[in-house]
Amino acid sequence: MALIRITSPHVHKPASTADIMRLVILATLPGVLAMTFFFGWGTLINILWAAFLALAFEAACIKARKRPLYFYLKDNSAVLTAVLIALALPPFAPWWLTMVAVFVAIVIAKQLYGGIGQNPFNPAMIAYALVLISFPVEMTRWTAPFMLHGEGWNVLGFIDTLQLIFGGWSEHADAFTSATPLDEMRHRGGLTTEEAWRASDVLANVGAWHAVSAAYVMGGIFLLYKKIFSWHTPAAMLLSLGAIATFFYLIAPDSYADPFFHLTVGGTMLGAFFIATDPVSSATSNKGKIWFGIGIGSLIYIIRTWGNYPDAVAFSILLMNLAAPFIDQYTQPRTYGHKAPKRGIKEKA
Amino acid sequence: MSKIFAFHGGIHPPENKKQSTRAPIRLAPVPEQLVIPVQQHIGAPAKPCVKPGEHVLKGQVIAVAQGRISVSVHASSSGTIVEISPKAVPHPSGLDATCITIQTDGKDLWTEHQGLGDYRALERSSIIDFIRNHGIAGMGGAGFPTDVKLHLGDDHIVNTLIINAAECEPYITADDMLIRERADQIVGGIEIISYLLNPTHILIGIEDNKAHAIRVLEEALRSTTLNIDIVVVPTKYPSGGEKQLVQLLTGVEVPSGRIPADVGIVCQNVGTAAAIYQAVQHGIPLISRVVTVTGAAVSKPQNLEALIGTPLKTLLDTAKIKRDQLSRLVMGGPMMGFTIEDDGIPVIKTSNCIIAATQEEMPPAPPAQACIRCGLCEQACPAELLPQQLYWFAKSREFDKAKNHNLFDCIECGACSYVCPSNIPLVQYYRFAKNEIRTEEAEQRKADQARQRFEARQARLDQEKADKEARRKDRAVQAAKTQAAKKTATEAAEANPEDKIKQLKTAAAITRTKLKKALTALETAKVESSDNIAQLDLQYQQAEHAANDAQKALESAEQNPPPSLTIAPDIKQLKTQAAVARTKLKKAQQALKIAEEKSHDGAELLRVTVAQLEEKAKSAQKAFDNVDENAAHNSAAQETLPKEAALNAIDLKALKQNVSIMRTKLKKAEKAMELTEASSPEATELEQEISRLTQLHQQAKTQLDNEEARKTSIAAAQGVDLKKLKIDAALARAAVTKLERSIKKLQETAEPELNSPELDKLQSELAAAQQKATLLNNTLSQFE
Ligand code: SF4
Ligand code: SF4
Repeated sequence: MALIRITSPHVHKPASTADIMRLVILATLPGVLAMTFFFGWGTLINILWAAFLALAFEAACIKARKRPLYFYLKDNSAVLTAVLIALALPPFAPWWLTMVAVFVAIVIAKQLYGGIGQNPFNPAMIAYALVLISFPVEMTRWTAPFMLHGEGWNVLGFIDTLQLIFGGWSEHADAFTSATPLDEMRHRGGLTTEEAWRASDVLANVGAWHAVSAAYVMGGIFLLYKKIFSWHTPAAMLLSLGAIATFFYLIAPDSYADPFFHLTVGGTMLGAFFIATDPVSSATSNKGKIWFGIGIGSLIYIIRTWGNYPDAVAFSILLMNLAAPFIDQYTQPRTYGHKAPKRGIKEKA
Repeated sequence: MSKIFAFHGGIHPPENKKQSTRAPIRLAPVPEQLVIPVQQHIGAPAKPCVKPGEHVLKGQVIAVAQGRISVSVHASSSGTIVEISPKAVPHPSGLDATCITIQTDGKDLWTEHQGLGDYRALERSSIIDFIRNHGIAGMGGAGFPTDVKLHLGDDHIVNTLIINAAECEPYITADDMLIRERADQIVGGIEIISYLLNPTHILIGIEDNKAHAIRVLEEALRSTTLNIDIVVVPTKYPSGGEKQLVQLLTGVEVPSGRIPADVGIVCQNVGTAAAIYQAVQHGIPLISRVVTVTGAAVSKPQNLEALIGTPLKTLLDTAKIKRDQLSRLVMGGPMMGFTIEDDGIPVIKTSNCIIAATQEEMPPAPPAQACIRCGLCEQACPAELLPQQLYWFAKSREFDKAKNHNLFDCIECGACSYVCPSNIPLVQYYRFAKNEIRTEEAEQRKADQARQRFEARQARLDQEKADKEARRKDRAVQAAKTQAAKKTATEAAEANPEDKIKQLKTAAAITRTKLKKALTALETAKVESSDNIAQLDLQYQQAEHAANDAQKALESAEQNPPPSLTIAPDIKQLKTQAAVARTKLKKAQQALKIAEEKSHDGAELLRVTVAQLEEKAKSAQKAFDNVDENAAHNSAAQETLPKEAALNAIDLKALKQNVSIMRTKLKKAEKAMELTEASSPEATELEQEISRLTQLHQQAKTQLDNEEARKTSIAAAQGVDLKKLKIDAALARAAVTKLERSIKKLQETAEPELNSPELDKLQSELAAAQQKATLLNNTLSQFE
């Protein structure tokens, strides 16, 4: 009888990091379907392409760092990052744009920081922010929703889309592009929100965006139900964004978009349920997560309304990633048997 | 029904309890050998009171409780003691401990034993002692001596007694089965405990997965007059943890680092209650307990009543172990138990469960992945810690941060490790960190002690040195005094006032040194605890000595008053100086007293006192400087006197003295000049003074030279070579000085006792030299 000494506990919940990642990927499915439905094959192609690149970069890095390849590859974290990048990029983003984004995410934002669990920033958001700043033209080329529906699904088929993405942008393709509702709202000139709504085709088709957001919410609720993350971050983020938007909308409905608009367009829902909840780069305790969420929600509104960029989810999350360690120090939970929670990182002398 | 409160976190691992509750509790066979550790509880090990070869009866005391926290150990069956030696015992460390091995005789013969009968007629303390002598220690977890907990009523107000029947760990059913079969014993035990502690509420906390046990308990409670509430709590690990159960049943949290009794709560396990009943009613000591033997590697999982000391092997065989399938043997539950490598180790008072697990049942943990900070551990932690942060800190050895994140409030329940998707052995990290911190602290303590010892030694050495110095100074002063006295004798009534001042200066310097020492000592006292007060005392005594010396010197100066009136004010000054020194001393003594009384707390006061002392010392210094100045002034006022003397009677000595006075004054003025700034008005004044003094000095010298030349010629006329005589005298004086010096050196460098013969010799030589010098001086003075 060869018995070994092992310390307690001797049983373990049958759940692994890979399972968690897989569940999160699974939860993006409604969103992916909605995107594909409204914006065409581009999203799907981007996801596959990004996933392939992510695995390749990840494998190269693990090899270079002399770590066990399979052990790390199987944790699904690279694939998840890839999916999130692909969902954030415009559906017809050229192949190299995706490649740059995935490279930045996996190699720079993740592996150079020490791999999974060590990255202070959400890799997908670092990548998104970087390509947004570097390639603003490509990044704003969205397709108009329902484009494919006008004359049936054959307008821009799978092969066409592949050509578009890998072959290069043609004049022909310009026909499909359009701005996002947030762009439209931002660059509405002197129009009031009311007039903008009436004048803009994009805004008229805002329902597509709502639907995509709803799909993300579905995925998010699934993850909440599965207890993959707690409600604190998304709730705090959405409530604070909603509250601020309501406040300004009530003051001047002509100058500010309504709260529903803020919550349902752009990356708000994707950010709330899939990015801000990334545990690695967020605050730790429940209390900390609430502050983290409030920070993101407020920053989104501030940057969208008064900043230079139409959407701000990525910047807001990155900024709050930066603040997360600080938040952690001041939001330790009150431990059992203690009167008050501790503050700061070290015992005061 | 009482209200149930919730605690944070918790997990729901598979229960695996059904397997072992199918069969009733069976008696385990008496093994051939019983191995009984003398320490099965928290506290001091019991002291064996039997010898190898001795025959013992069942229930006989074989090791007696030692110290406040300890319980006795009894023979579990009759037989012969074969050895008392270190053996493997059930402990996570896997280390050996002293065990008493009994070769059983199979007769299982009882020693005489008797219960207390109507215990209510007895004093509480005698019942508690009885319980202690019957070896009862907590049977639920750590094995804390029960009598200590029962004594809590003495200094705590116990308003709630909680009987822990939660048994939240998977697999374990020992308490469950005990309740089902022996609820009356448990209730009897509760009655005894309640008589001892007199609580206002009695609550039995039990998880809702023990429906059968709850029914039986309810039934049993009908027979008691006590008002006992059964509180059914939801099944959730670790609701049976003492702190968690307290929170569940009362909503009160046990403050960090305290015990439940501090909030008026005492917890006892059901098994312990039954054991107390058995002891008090029937006089049966704790020599057996119910053990759950379970796991997929045994064919017949069940609960066995096993004698303490029964090797696990016997129990595993009784439960029909399948050895080929066994991969892990766990003592205790799967969450907090520890693995055992050797099935020869015995059952002890705290062994509630043995799990013989197969590979599939408890697969080896997969390699740990990186922490993804998912926070699942935090959601599971019943202590509301941040396990992932603790993990990072432990891993990076940032122990102070871990401590700040309340590492020591971790109860090592394992809930965090259980849920961690990255399979990180978190609890292991916490144990590591706790151990490191404890070791570090122990080392720190050790280092502190070493430092204190070193400093004490250093202080002692310093003091010895200072003593020696003081003695040396004493002698120097004495010698100087003798010298001065001689001078006074030989040189008539013309002692040099400067000499006196010098002497007294030396004495005062000693006092100052002593005071400085005292100061240092005070500072040391500030840093350290009262240990050094004895040292301080000595140093103060020494300072006292020094002050006395100064006083003595002063007195002798007064007894041999120099002729010159100019000295009088100086003496007064010095008197003041001595008085100041005495005051300082008194102050220091006060400080010492304070230090003694308040130890550390006095440090602040001491600091103030020291500051005062410093102030005083400064002022004394100033006073002394004044003396010097005064002396200078007075002399200046009288400098015309020698001139007159020279005119009337040409006295060589007076002239000599005059010259030396002039020289000293000149030097002093020059020094003052150096110290004052060149441009200041004082400087110009001083300059004038210097030139005047130089002139006077020159005058005096010329006078002296003239006179000397005259004297020499007279002496030459008488046939005495004055020059030679002078040289001889100087040589003799030099010899004296030399001898004095070597004596001093001897005293300084080595233990005076060791060198005493040499010292004596030198001293006698010195005496001879001094005599010779005096003689020569006398002769010389005749001609001068
Ligand atoms: S459960 Fe494990 S992976 Fe998740 S935060 Fe805690 S330690 Fe990290
Ligand atoms: S082992 Fe410690 S840190 Fe982990 S859950 Fe239990 S109390 Fe919390």
